[in-house]
Amino acid sequence: MGLFDMFPPRAATSSIQVDALYMFLLAVSGVMTILIFVLVTFFAFKYRRKKDDPMPRAIHGSLPLEILWSVIPLMIMMVMFAWGTKLYFEYYTPPAETLDVYVTGKQWMWKVQYPDGQREINELHVPTGRPVKLILASEDVIHSFYIPAFRLKHDVVPGSYQTYWFQATKPGRYHIFCAEYCGTNHSRMTGWVTVMDPAAYGNWLAGSSTGSMAEQGAKLFEQYGCVTCHVLDSQGRCPTLRYVYGHAVVLDDGRTVMADEGYIRESILNPNAKIVKGYHRDIMPVFQGQIGEDGLLQLIAFIKSLSPKTPGAPATAAPGAAPSRQGAVQQGPAKQPQKQ
Amino acid sequence: MSTTLPRPRIEAPANYLNVDYGWKSWLFTTDHKRIALLYLFSITAFFFVGGAFAVGMRINLLRPEGVFQHDTYNKLFTMHGIIMVFFFLVPSIPATLGNFLIPIMIGARDLAFPRINLLSWYIYIVGGIFALTAILQGGVDTGWTFYAPFSSTYSNTHVIMAAIGVFVSGFSSILTGLNFIVTIHKMRAPGMTWSRLPLFVWGHYATSLIQVLGTPVIAITLVLLGLERILHAGIFDPSLGGDPVLFQHLFWFYSHPAVYIMILPGMAVESEIIACFSRKSIFGYGFVALSSIAIAVLGFLVWGHHLFVAGQSMYASMVFSFISFLVAVPSAIKVFNWTATMYRGSISFETPMLYAFGFIGLFTIGGLTGLFLATMAIDVHLTDTYFVIAHFHYVMVGGMVMAFLGGIHFWFPKITGRLYPENWARIAAAIVFIGFNLTFFPQFILGYLGMPRRYATYAGEFQVLNVMSTMGASILGIGYLIPMIYLTWAWRNGPISPQNPWHAKGLEWEQSPTPPPTFNFIEPPIVTESAYNYSGEEA
Amino acid sequence: MGDIDATLHPTSAAHPAGVRQDLKHHFDDAAQQMESSTLGMWVFLVTEIMFFGGMFGGYTVYRNMYPEAFASTSHFMNVTIGAINTGVLICSSFTMVLAVRAAQLGQKKAIIAFLILTLILGCVFLGLKGVEYHEKWVEHHIPGPGFQYADARYFHQAQILFFLYFAMTGMHAMHMIVGAGLLTALIVMAARNRFSEHWYTPVEMIGLYWHFVDIVWIFLFPLLYLIGHTS
Repeated sequence: MGLFDMFPPRAATSSIQVDALYMFLLAVSGVMTILIFVLVTFFAFKYRRKKDDPMPRAIHGSLPLEILWSVIPLMIMMVMFAWGTKLYFEYYTPPAETLDVYVTGKQWMWKVQYPDGQREINELHVPTGRPVKLILASEDVIHSFYIPAFRLKHDVVPGSYQTYWFQATKPGRYHIFCAEYCGTNHSRMTGWVTVMDPAAYGNWLAGSSTGSMAEQGAKLFEQYGCVTCHVLDSQGRCPTLRYVYGHAVVLDDGRTVMADEGYIRESILNPNAKIVKGYHRDIMPVFQGQIGEDGLLQLIAFIKSLSPKTPGAPATAAPGAAPSRQGAVQQGPAKQPQKQ
Repeated sequence: MSTTLPRPRIEAPANYLNVDYGWKSWLFTTDHKRIALLYLFSITAFFFVGGAFAVGMRINLLRPEGVFQHDTYNKLFTMHGIIMVFFFLVPSIPATLGNFLIPIMIGARDLAFPRINLLSWYIYIVGGIFALTAILQGGVDTGWTFYAPFSSTYSNTHVIMAAIGVFVSGFSSILTGLNFIVTIHKMRAPGMTWSRLPLFVWGHYATSLIQVLGTPVIAITLVLLGLERILHAGIFDPSLGGDPVLFQHLFWFYSHPAVYIMILPGMAVESEIIACFSRKSIFGYGFVALSSIAIAVLGFLVWGHHLFVAGQSMYASMVFSFISFLVAVPSAIKVFNWTATMYRGSISFETPMLYAFGFIGLFTIGGLTGLFLATMAIDVHLTDTYFVIAHFHYVMVGGMVMAFLGGIHFWFPKITGRLYPENWARIAAAIVFIGFNLTFFPQFILGYLGMPRRYATYAGEFQVLNVMSTMGASILGIGYLIPMIYLTWAWRNGPISPQNPWHAKGLEWEQSPTPPPTFNFIEPPIVTESAYNYSGEEA
Repeated sequence: MGDIDATLHPTSAAHPAGVRQDLKHHFDDAAQQMESSTLGMWVFLVTEIMFFGGMFGGYTVYRNMYPEAFASTSHFMNVTIGAINTGVLICSSFTMVLAVRAAQLGQKKAIIAFLILTLILGCVFLGLKGVEYHEKWVEHHIPGPGFQYADARYFHQAQILFFLYFAMTGMHAMHMIVGAGLLTALIVMAARNRFSEHWYTPVEMIGLYWHFVDIVWIFLFPLLYLIGHTS
């Protein structure tokens, strides 16, 4: 980055979009600022008080002017509003087909897990040309996963999953910053996202793997006894998990919800929060306190693998950046002694 | 049955300052003017305390690897924010200039509840003691925003002590607002209709509405936070079933309107100064007056723009973004009307007017950068970066503090009976303006480049702009110190001021002696003309 | 201040007792003073609405989030005590109104009698509240380290809901205690002949305050005790 750069690198499709909107706002602001500066300076000079000046005549106002300078700025602002809203909705509505990466924030590091099982700390590798969706979780306090080069961030909130997506365009290494104050080493909770062209990315992926997340999730599925009920075919006591993820689920109270990552997480930690129609409460054990964030993400990856994506499958997440936040979540970090 | 008092004429030249001496006459006063001075000294002291923390921060930011320990830096920015927001900006103009001037401007002998006025100062001091105690105990490191679950469960610092300080000072704010609302409604002199009120009074009325409606919400939020720290019931802690975003909603429900508490009085001062030093009635008086009310009302409906990336629904965010644009319109209306007031005016360039020019320019920039943050897709990139810091310092420091200094200079003769040295004051105003821009303009650039806020250490490529900003802060600091010196000097040694050195309109200049007697007027005023009737054209 | 005071505040001997003795110097007449006091009290009550509003907001959020836990905890609300307390408070508002009426008529003995009745009823409320809280203490339903809840499914959620219950009713009780103190002050003032049919503003203002505290309870009672109790 040069000494007088005013923009971060543009490394994703979102970057130029945000920069374009920014430059529109800069232009409008510049014009407005210069207009006011020029007028004030001009009036100050032209109407400066000279000796024996008569008292100025009062000019009380002008309704047409008031309307003009209210309506015109309002119209310009509506353009800003519409443009900004459109982009915002896009950034938080992932497309149907994404490469999913799971990011867990904890004081003061980022843990990144890939579906094929690779794990990194404070590093994220992504290919160009493919939509990548980040599923963000926190183990303790609120953090924020910020990639200036993509112009994107979202808070990482304990107790819920947040997501956003991007499509990288330019290979290189770019900053990751935590952007929500989270304690002592907040400013050290940084990392790097490495964007690689697809071939290089493939090579990198082949590098390390201890079994994909879904495979690890399958082991947990067995270990925690889920398999005794949720055998892959329905047995009557509990609903099947095949084709659950990404589809609508009808509940016993008549509501219909989308089975996204948040729904599955809640179903594990607080099963009675939502009961599928035709089934009963208090049958599934409550796993709150027994499975940590990493394990939850692996189980979710496994359950996702039971819904292979078919053409025409619905979007993976309902609009709204907050999948269900309900249900108690066990975090379990050691709590430091506190002064009051 | 009539119980009207006979009106005595006050023949002796006693004014509110020399009518009585001794600490008791000050600490037990019910005279709104003396209470205003009590506030003035206290908030100035807190301004320099908050400023000291800023000095520490800017020193730390000279180097990418920082200078102090991270925990120290985190406490510096937290205490800077808490002190500046709650103990300086919120009370500043209302408790000092508002207290002093509102009764006089409407032709009253005092505020509606003088003893409650004094009580509000004591409450403020008690709150300040709690805050200072938190500082002396080692400070708080949650940020002035106290986000949970960090503040409720993880922070090891004296959160509750600081929260009590803020809670208590909030009641001071509520009582001031309550007093102003009742005073303005009930104690206007005969002939002082709403449409003849100085815009200073309109602005404070709108501010008071916000103070009264908004402050109780942060009070209860801090109570819940404090209880949560003690009991760990889980209201904001997701590991116990709570919702951390609920805290943010409750917090910002007050704290957004709070920023309008912090700017409306500055706009109120601005109107008075521009009218006087253009010798002309404010263009669009009705629009400027009602725009203050519009800002107060709309200001309660935009708090969610602080939660665009926090986990709030996209649709709610959209509504908040839309209304945030709406609230910019009344502010823009004011700026245009002030500019139009200068058209065909008779402009002079005394210090108050220099600060007023500074206000127009810097508030315009600050307000426009707010639009960037209201635009959702841009806010995604800019929120929690230095862009936000630059934005709010432009409106609060470039706006409000400049207006405060302008107002102090404008009414200095009225308050003290003396004149300040004009040349020193102009030099200081220029230094403040230059220092301010050098400090905060680079921060817009830093923000877009991606430097997050609340960072004790930062990436090396941000250093040049940070150094520039620290240099600016040194200049700004000097700019603030100079008025401290000459104003203190002028209070005792300045030339005696004539009754109306600025030849300004307004009851405080035309019908109240300089400095005013305890009950403000010799003859009770009867108002026959609208505000700013410089041209003498109409009644 | 003393000398100016003498010029502006002629001694009471110059004026009929009870006529202007309580007109503060910055008011033009008694009507202005009364209107100011009334508007001031109403503005203050609005701030109290906003204060309680924050808690009502939090309560609404959590009730919607955890409907079953809420249904479970609502069985532990003592509706009997709550209902009696509601009746007690409504009666106390009635006696307060009668006190204000007595003040308007300048009937010193009636003022004192009704104020004392109001105070007694207020203390009955607080006493019953204490009984209720004690019940919660025995059941280990007070949030904090000692919290226990029979139905383990809802442990955390119940703790949050009880937290809000105690915050809301506790804040209300604190306002009642302050109100009791104010009533006591009023009784003393009345006993010392401070009120007359020309000036009784404190009685009316504290009456407004008392009614407000009553109304908060009228909202609290159904919300916390009645809804969901029988489900």
